[in-house]
Formats: sequence, structure tokens, C-alpha cells
Amino acid sequence: MASHHHLDVSQSGDVSVVRFVDRRILDASNIEELGDELFALVETDHLKRLLLNFTGVEFLSSAALNKLIILDKKVKSIGGKLVLSDLRQEIKEVFAITRLDQLFNISDSEQQALADF
Amino acid sequence: MSHDWICSKDWKIPSDTGDARRILDEVLIDLGEHGWGEEYTFGIHLAVEEALMNAIKHGNQRDPEKYVTVECRFTAKILQIVIEDEGDGFNPADVPDPTLEENLELPSGRGLMLMKTFMTTVDYNEKGNRVFMEKDLDAPPPDDDDDDDDDEDYL
Repeated sequence: MASHHHLDVSQSGDVSVVRFVDRRILDASNIEELGDELFALVETDHLKRLLLNFTGVEFLSSAALNKLIILDKKVKSIGGKLVLSDLRQEIKEVFAITRLDQLFNISDSEQQALADF
Repeated sequence: MSHDWICSKDWKIPSDTGDARRILDEVLIDLGEHGWGEEYTFGIHLAVEEALMNAIKHGNQRDPEKYVTVECRFTAKILQIVIEDEGDGFNPADVPDPTLEENLELPSGRGLMLMKTFMTTVDYNEKGNRVFMEKDLDAPPPDDDDDDDDDEDYL
């Protein structure tokens, strides 16, 4: 299991629930580390069913969006599934503006997301 | 057009994201202390963050010998931010539209788009190494081009 500094990972059945430790997923000095940790979930830990719960995340930048896009590709390449949940309204708007709400599976709550897997 | 600025600050920082973060936090605190609500500062935060990171990462290529200058001034209704790097510049028109179907999965181009979305004006100089951004709270929303009656709702 890869070590995580920016993520909190738990299991709910066969779904890995990932929460973010940082409230602002943007700082460029952290974003590379965050990306590496996210990618390690797939490449090192071989997790295929990922739920990213954004509870407590107040902000994210395009650099974070780019990491999520790459993560989504990695998950899809191994036949897995990635769902995002609990995005605050402003962050939902960022996904809508960039049309990434069409690329990602986005659920209102963790409970709904787990039901959708 | 002249304005009576209630706050005006300039910085010159090395190409360091920690320094950029410090400036960003200071701008947001200044805005908050002068009545700019969270309904505006989320987008301003995003736009300024993107512009600063573009200057440091793409403009100056994180070169510690190169600097980024930042000018920030605002009234109760208008914010202006100017960010300049020492890089070669770029042509904003060359940045692909990230919302096109064929570009949706490309991990690039969204920073500039978010800046344009959340600010009233985003203008680059001819070289493309200096961006002027303005947020005008009296400006109509981008999609409402001719209905003046909507202005009050936007405020």
C-alpha cells in the first residue's frame, strides 16, 4: 500500500473511498505530490473502484482538475470506475463551466455514489 | 477612467509558488476586510491563482533568477490585478478550447478559461507575458448582453 500524506483512504465494500486532507487542493507545491498519491492508488495499490469524496474541500485549481483527468484515464484504462461526490456548489460550477461534469461521474453524496457503483 | 482606490499594492516576487500563495492570501484578506463577499472572492481566488501559476510555471519556467510582478488595486466595486512575468510570452488564441468534445480529456487549457469566466476583463499584452484582469461588480453577467434590467439582480 502506497503511503498517503494528502489523502485518507478507507474501504466501503469493494469501493475505495478517498477523502482529501487539504481544504485547498491547489497549491502548486502540493499538487504534484497529490497527483502522485492519486495515481499510486491505481498503479501501486491496484484499486479499481474509486470514490473521491470532496467533503471539506473549499477550492481547487485547474492543476487539480488536470490531475483528476489523468486519474480518470488511468482508472478507465484498467476497466475501473471513478466517482466524485460531495462537491461544494462553487466547485460543481467549475466542473460545469469546464464541461468536466460530462467527463466525470458526479454524485451529490457519498451514499448516493456508493449506490451508483 | 480614474478610480478612488481604497487599496493599492505592488509586489515583486521570485518564481516561487509559496510567495505567490502569500500574495494571494493577502489579496483575499484585503478584499474580505473591505466588504467583498465570498460570492465574488471564490472566482477571484481562482483567477488570480491561475494567472500567478501561469506566470511562474509557464512564463518564468520556475527560473529562480526570474521575477513576477503583481499590481493589485480595488474600490468597493472594481478590482484590477496586473501580473507580469519575464518569460517569452504566449498567444492566448493558441490555447485550445478545453470545452470542445475533442479536448475534454486534455489536461490543459482550463486555467485561462476559468480566468475569463470569473473576471469581467482578461487582457494580455502583445508579447503575452503581462495580463490585466478586472472584476467589475457593476458589469452585467456575460450571458446577459442587452437587458439592463438584470444588472440589479446581478449585484
